Parts: sequence; C-alpha cells; structure tokens
Amino acid sequence: MWLAPETLLILTILVPLFAVPGIIAANRFPNRREGVTITASIILIYLVTTLYGLVQDGTSIAIKGPALFPGLHLSFEIEPLGMLFSLVAGFLWLVTTVYAIGYMRGHHEKNQTRFYSCFAIAISSVMGISYAGNLLTLFIFYEVLTLSTYPLVTHSGTPKAKEGGRVYLGVLLSTSVLFLLLAIVATWYTAGTVEFQKGGVFPPETAPIITGTLLVLYIFGIGKAAIMPFHRWLPAAMVAPTPVSALLHAVAVVKAGVFSVLKVCVYIFGLDLLRTLPSADFMLYLAAATVLLASIVAMRQDNLKARLAYSTVSQLGYITIGALLATNAGIVGGAMHIAMHAFGKITLFFCAGAIMVAAHKTEISDMRGLGKSMPITMIAFFIGSLSIIGLPPTGGTWGKWFIMTGAFDAGKWTIMIVLMLSSLLNIAYLLPIPLRAFFSKQAYGKPVQIKEAPLPSLLALSFTALGCIFLFFYTQPLYELASAILQ
Amino acid sequence: MTAHFPILQVIIPLLAAPLCLFIRIPRIVGIFAILVSATAFFISCSLLQEVVTGGTLSYQLGGWAAPWGIEYRIDKLNGYLLLLVSGISTIVLVAAQTSISKELPENRHTFFYTAYLLCLTGLLGILATADAFNLFVFLEISALSSYTLIAIGTDRRALTASYQYLVMGTIGATFIIIGVGLMYMMTGTLNMYDLAERLPAVYESKTVLSAFGFFIVGVCLKLALFPLHLWLPNAYAYAPSITTAFLAATSTKVAVYVLIRYIFSIFGIEFVDMSLPLGDIFLFLGLTGIFVASVAAIYQLNIKRLFAYSSVAQIGYIILGLAIETELGLTATLLHLFNHALMKAAIFLAIGAVVYRIGSAQLSHYAGLGKKMPWTMAAIVAGGLSLIGVPLTVGFVSKWYLVVALLDKGWWPVAVLVLISSLIAVIYVWRVVEWIYLTPPRIITDEIKEAPMSQLIPIWILVLANIYFGVDTRLTVGVSKLAAQSLFGVN
Amino acid sequence: MNIIGLYNYWIVVVLMLIGFFIVIAHENLIKKLVGLSIFQTSVFFLYISMGKVAGATAPILDENYQLYSNPLPHVLILTAIVVGIATTAMGLALVVRIYEAYGSIEESDIQVQDNNDRLEDYLEAYGRKNDTHLFNQDKDE
Repeated sequence: MWLAPETLLILTILVPLFAVPGIIAANRFPNRREGVTITASIILIYLVTTLYGLVQDGTSIAIKGPALFPGLHLSFEIEPLGMLFSLVAGFLWLVTTVYAIGYMRGHHEKNQTRFYSCFAIAISSVMGISYAGNLLTLFIFYEVLTLSTYPLVTHSGTPKAKEGGRVYLGVLLSTSVLFLLLAIVATWYTAGTVEFQKGGVFPPETAPIITGTLLVLYIFGIGKAAIMPFHRWLPAAMVAPTPVSALLHAVAVVKAGVFSVLKVCVYIFGLDLLRTLPSADFMLYLAAATVLLASIVAMRQDNLKARLAYSTVSQLGYITIGALLATNAGIVGGAMHIAMHAFGKITLFFCAGAIMVAAHKTEISDMRGLGKSMPITMIAFFIGSLSIIGLPPTGGTWGKWFIMTGAFDAGKWTIMIVLMLSSLLNIAYLLPIPLRAFFSKQAYGKPVQIKEAPLPSLLALSFTALGCIFLFFYTQPLYELASAILQ
Repeated sequence: MTAHFPILQVIIPLLAAPLCLFIRIPRIVGIFAILVSATAFFISCSLLQEVVTGGTLSYQLGGWAAPWGIEYRIDKLNGYLLLLVSGISTIVLVAAQTSISKELPENRHTFFYTAYLLCLTGLLGILATADAFNLFVFLEISALSSYTLIAIGTDRRALTASYQYLVMGTIGATFIIIGVGLMYMMTGTLNMYDLAERLPAVYESKTVLSAFGFFIVGVCLKLALFPLHLWLPNAYAYAPSITTAFLAATSTKVAVYVLIRYIFSIFGIEFVDMSLPLGDIFLFLGLTGIFVASVAAIYQLNIKRLFAYSSVAQIGYIILGLAIETELGLTATLLHLFNHALMKAAIFLAIGAVVYRIGSAQLSHYAGLGKKMPWTMAAIVAGGLSLIGVPLTVGFVSKWYLVVALLDKGWWPVAVLVLISSLIAVIYVWRVVEWIYLTPPRIITDEIKEAPMSQLIPIWILVLANIYFGVDTRLTVGVSKLAAQSLFGVN
Repeated sequence: MNIIGLYNYWIVVVLMLIGFFIVIAHENLIKKLVGLSIFQTSVFFLYISMGKVAGATAPILDENYQLYSNPLPHVLILTAIVVGIATTAMGLALVVRIYEAYGSIEESDIQVQDNNDRLEDYLEAYGRKNDTHLFNQDKDE
C-alpha cells in the first residue's frame, strides 16, 4: 500500500469534495461533468474497499485533527459500524450517479451542476459522519449534511419545493440544535469527553436522571432517524428529484440518523448502562409506535414516493428499536438492517423514478398494468419489496431476523408483536403495486406507448435489485462487520 | 518608537483626519485612509504580541505620572479589541473605495474619510485610555463622527435616524459623564486603576451607587441593549453600507468593552453584586432582547434593517454572557464580541456590494440574485450560517461556550432558550436565502454583474476569517480566556 | 440632612429634569435640541459646583491665600462644553438637512412620510400593485 491508512481516511472525505470544483468547472459540458462525478465515486469505492481490507486485517486507523476547543479535537476513527455505513454509501453513490444521469436528462431538469455539486458535498459529509471519532465531529458533518441537501430538496424551485424545504430544514435544524447540541454540550460537561468509547463515556456515578434525560435528547435530537413526532421532514423531502430521494432520503441522510443513534447507544451510553435506563424503555415503545403508525399511514398514500417515504420512517424505527433493545442481537440486526434496507429502498425509489420518467405516473392507482410495458422495472420493484418486507431470498430477511432475536433476548414481547404486525402491513402496502402491475388491466384509456426508462437508470435499478438477492446468500462479511462492533 | 505605540495607535488616525481635508482628491484620500488604518492595525498587532508575552503596558501621556496625568494602559482585554477594531476598519476601508462612489455624491468622499478616521480615533481611544474622563471625550469623538457617517448618505431617512441617534447618544454620554463626576466627587481621581483602589473605601455611599446606576444606563444606551436599542435599526438601515459595516462590527463592541471595564476593573464584581441585582437584570434584558429583536428581524423588508435587528439580538447574547458572572461566561462574551464583529462585517459588506450593483437594500430586489452575483450571495449565506451558529463557523464557537457557561452555572433552562433563539435566527436568515435563491427575479437584471473584485476580496477575507476562526480557535479562545482570567483575578 | 445647603444639587436636578422633559415631550426637532442643551448644562453645573471648596478662592497662587478651589473640574467641563457645542451644532445641521428633505421639522410629519415610504416598500415586496392606487389617492389628498 503506497498511502498511509490515515491519508486514505482523509481522502475518502476529500475526494467527493474535490469533485465539486471539477463539476462546477465543467458546467457547460454535461458529459464531462458527469464524468467527474463518476470518476470521483469510483475512486471513493476504491478507497473505501481498501480501508475495509485494512480494517479486516486489524489495523486501527485514527486521526486527531486540530482542536476546535481546548481538549476537543476534530477526530476520526474507523470502527466496524462506520466502515459498514461508508461501504454502503460509497457503493450506492456510484450506482445513483449512473441512475441520475438517465433520470436528470430524461426529465430535463435544470441546474444540474448545482445538483451534482451538492450531491458530492452530501456524500463527503456522509463519509465524515461514518468515520467521526467523537460526537462533535459527528455533529459538524451532520449539520453540513442537512445544509448541503437543502438545495437538493428545493431543486425545482416551485412553491411546493420551497414549502417542503422549509419543513425539511425546520425539523432537522431545530431538533439538532435544540436537542442534539444541548445533549452533546451536556455530555461534554458531565462526562468530560465526547469521544466514542467502547462501553460508554459516563462515569458510573452519573445520576440516572441525567443519563436518562440525555438519552431522550439524543434520540429526539437525531431528527434524521425520523422518530415520531419528528418525522415530518422525510415526506416533505419527497419534492426532491428521485435520485435525491433514493440515495439521500432512503440511504445517506436517514441512515446517517440511525447510524448516529446506534453509535450513541453503543459508544456513548454503552449497552450495560442503556439496559438500566427507564427512559430507554419509553423511547423503545415510541419507536415501536412509529413503526406501526408509519406503516398505517403508508397504506393510505396513493403517491408512490410518499408511500415509500412513510415506509422508510417505519423501517428506520426498526433500527432504532434494535439499538435501544441493548442486546447483542439487536445491535447486530440494527447494523445489518442499515445495509439491507438501503439496497431494498433504493431499488424501490429507482423504480419510482423510472416510472415517473418513462410513464409520467406518480400515483399508485395509475400504475395498474404497467408491468407489460416496463417489466424489468416492475420485477426490480417486486424484489425490492420482498427485501423491505423481509422475505427470503432477499437480504432484508437477515436484518429483521436479528432484530427479532434481539427483542426475544430482551424478553420484550410487545416489541416482537409490533414487528410482526408491521411486516404484515409491509406486505399489504408494497406487494399489491407490482402484482397489480402485472395482473391487472391498464388503468384507463387506450394503451399509450410506454417504454422502459433510459438505459443508465435501468442498469442501476437492476444492479441494486440483484444486490438485494446477493446479500441474502452472501451475508457473512456483513455479519462479521456488524458483530465486530460488540467485541 | 515602540514605547510610544499605545499613543501612536490613537494619534495617527487623529492627525490623519484633518490631513484628508488638505489632500482633497478622493482617490488619494481613500488610499491614505487605508494606509493610516493599516498602520494602526500593525501597531495593535505588535501591542497584543507584547501584552500576551510581557504583560500589561502602561504609557504616561506627556510624561506625567499616573494618577495626575492621563495614562494609557494596554492589557489583554483591550489589546485584543484594538486588534479587532483596527483590523475590521482596514478591511472595510478597502471595500469603501468603490462602494461609496455609488452611495455618496463625489464632493462628500473626502468628508466621509475624515469622519471615518475620526470615528476610528474615538474607538481606539476608548479602548486604549485608562482615564475615565478621557474615555468620555473619545466616546463623544466617535459618536459625533458616527452621526456624520450615518447622515452623509443620500437616503433622507438616514437624517432622521442620525438625529435620533444623536439625541439618545448624547443622553447616554451625559449619563456617563454624570457617573464619572460623582465618582470623582467621592475619590478625587479619574484614573481607572486609582479609582479601583479608592472606591472600596466608599462602597457604602449612595453617591457611588448612583454613579454606578447612571453609568450603567448610559453605557447600555450606547451599546443598544434592549430596550434602549431604538436608535440602532434605523441608523444601520439607512446609513451608507460602509458605515453600517464599520459601526455594526465595532462601535457597539467598544461600548460593551466600556461596560466590562467599568464592572470588572473599576467597580469590581463584589460591589456590583452587593449594590444591584445586575446579573438578573442583564439576564432578563438579554433574553428578552434576543427574542424580541430576532422576531422583529423576521418581519423586515429591508435587508439592512433585518440584520440590524439581528445585531440587537446578538448584543443580547453578549450581555447574557456577562449576566452569568463567571469566568466562563465572560470568556463567552469576549468570544462573541470578536466573532459577531466578523459575521456582521462580512454580511454588511456583502450587502454593500449588492447596493453597489442594484442600488437597493430592499429584500424584494434580491429575488433571483443568487445566479447573478453568486459570490456575494454566498458570502451573505455564509455570514447568515455563522449567525445561526452552524458548526465550522465562528458562531458555533460562541454558542458552544455560552451554553457550556450556562450549564456550568446550572442555568439549563436559559441554555435551552438560547438554543431556541438560534432557531429564530434560522427563520430570518432563511427568509433571505429564499428570496435570493428560490424567488424568480422581479426586475430586469441583464446588466447586473458580480460585485467588483475590490469589494469581493475584503468580503471573502472576512468570510474566510469566519470559517478560519471557527476551526482554529487558539487565538480567539486563548486571548479571551486570558483576558477573562485577568479580569477575575485582579478583583 | 442639610436640604437648603445643598441647593446647588437641587438646581442641577431641576435643570436636568426640565431638559429631559423637553427632549421627550416636544415634537419640534429644534426644541428637542434646546432641551438636550439644558440637560447637558445641568451636568456642567454639577461639575463646577463640586470644585468649590468652602471659604476658598480662585486657584491663582497668591501669598495672601492658603485655600484654593479645585480647578480640575473646571478644566474638565471646558472640554465637556466644547463637546456640547459640537453636539448642538451637529444636531442643528441635521435639522437643516431634515427640513430640506422633508419640508418639516415636526416629528409627527416626518414619521408620516417615513411610514408612507415603508408602505410602498411593503407593497412592492409583496407585489400587490393593484392596491397601490388606494394608497396613492391618500397621498394626493
């Protein structure tokens, strides 16, 4: 290896950032501009996989950056959970870029340069989040992620986009500033450190009332995890172009949220402390309520992207539950579900975008009979749905399996019942879409000429759909990474 | 030569001001003013260096020994602020060269620079002097020249704003001089450090108490503490943009310095504690000011007025730090003094660049400018993010320290209120962002171009300083801490 | 407590309140400045009278006198008088320009004109050009 591991780590954050000037410079030449993005994403994948190899070999990689405040540094450290998250985000960036080329051009979107620039900044901050070595660093990149995705949400510039942007920014910024920042400062003040440490940072004599309150602040403060009542931003963000919804609001942004929840639970509180906190139970049931309610709301949505958004809210609840169960299986399940749900949901969003570009349909009721003209898209949709529901032979099975085991270990029967109910609801709101597309007649009017979406988009969605199946059979590395968190 | 730096700092701009009138050619006067201000900046750099390494400097004016003659005394606190004021002034003057050509008639340019240098003299003098009456004189020099700077523009509302400021400013200054007079009655001295030694003997007297009362009200008028802020929004909104940038960044900060100096170095914190519930008063007024002014900012149509209200709110944060009455709280105050000056200078200079191009500060005229003037607009957004307190900007550093100080004091509900208030900042900053980027342009804007380099460079120096000091906090936090320690240590 | 003996302070307080009252209560900008001057003058009296030492003479060295009044407050107040004059001059200059710009030196007149300006800004910002005729009629009348 000709580069020090530390350099590689910094490069993963900088490479997407360096792409930005290139993208702006190539403003007038769309091919070159997308070329820059793709090159950057390929380099990123190379970097992330190299890092993965190093971590597998047991190299510990940590960097202490400049001190923001005395004793409080910008610091980065690679641990298994962050490795997993960055692998997922890095791979899917390339796929999404390929997809976006087809989508954005097929949809004749304006301001594509701004779109790709902000996208790259967002990915850079995702890398920063996944490798953050302390809460402060995590918080910084968390906020950068919020701000860099705002222009993407309001991309179209319509009054509706403006409205959505307000909700998006309003919820995410207020929760993070009001609860998360306060919790971080309070942690710094009580524990004297905000570094992520195995087994938590709080000294044993800390009053339970303080740690209990802090947990509530953290869970609400990480608004990106979309625990009710702070989930409104996610449906609001659906005004964005579909590639944004796909990568950011099914993978990067929301997963940054649950990733932070997992990190806080494991490395700030520590599972032993978490198990003793009464407020953990409260938050657990709130997450369970989110899972159920969001599924019910999803059933009532006719707009495909809105339905997927609520489905995401519900699935994020799973991961939060996994974290708050404070059992080994729960954590493993939560971590695995980050990856599994990412592949499943991004497939569904890709399909939704493909349908919008090719058939100009956004409402589910209009999609009957679409399977004949867009078979590949609809098959992919079917596979994605299976993964979200958690049925074999798709990767989603494993995530849910381990979370269930976690609930069983913790002896939380209510949670198990909720998880099962929610899976049934998943079937009810997802499967009818592809089934009706294949087995029902066209919605109305005479059949119009509908073809499949542009080739790049089609490639991308087939790739992620296959990924869902692949992850069912090839789970071992993922499981090893996830269980390494607890060692 | 270096021994005379404390006085040269003040004297050079003072002598340069009338010289401007002799030079008369606006372009040369402009460059001359930059040189003068830059000289003051270099002197203040060397002074701060000397103070941090070697301790407090004392300079006897005309060789007269301290309690009788006028003493200039540079310690960490005013060394730090001298650097801030002269630095900001220099950067603003660079942008002034082109900016005032659109906002002022040609024949007023020389007067503008004259008044500007006088104002700089006044501000630097307030900081440097250790004589209570001398301070009053410099206060009036800076005040009178800033009335001129505000009224010199072409907007007629600037005249009434300046008049209003003149009346309130004079009342404030008169209150201060009453306070000084009453203290002199009790102690027979005007030297600040001599006063600090003699005052404890007469702490019980009602005269000292009323001196303190007059003094606090007078200074709070000058620093525009809510509800004594009424002069500020109009004065900032209708003055020429350069004036606004300069005054917003420096003049209220210097008034806060006066407050800190009197509370900590002259009266002493024990006296303040036993005479007045000043902490509670400041806590209440600071918090109310933050909320009322932030909410008022949301409803403004003029972008300069919007950020002027935001300035009133930010003064609330500064005062809140003082209200905590701990070393940490004072550190937060001093940090925010510096940081807020950076933010507001950047924002108002960027607005000045827009006024230079479109001739208006109406928010509605900013519609769609994000495409036409991307760099200027990015600067406004960056300054706005700093105001909100987004990480990696100076605003975050101030907010962090303020919240830590509040938690340390055990005032967690106040900490929550402070965080809530920064969300109101999000609302008013985002109103601006939506106009700039998400509203289609209303006026025909073909001829609108990016601001000239001579303005973009100073703006971006300030923006980058906003980010730099948001990451590398060694200078700001270090000096603020030292200054706060010494203020608490002395008394 | 010697109330009559402190008559100089009574004068100061009364003058101060008169000046302050004028500044607040009067609408005319010049009258306000007059009030401001009276307000400042009261402080001059405060300083001058505090320099007086009972039974002492003017501070000019002479063999016949041992006790002198304190000259420092007088010197200070000379400075303050200069500042006061500058303030008044500045204020009057502003009033002249206000009169040129608004055609009035009554505060309420000026406020009405400023409010009209602001209303125009409002209508422009929110683009309700149709409503402006109402407002223009008001101004014509």
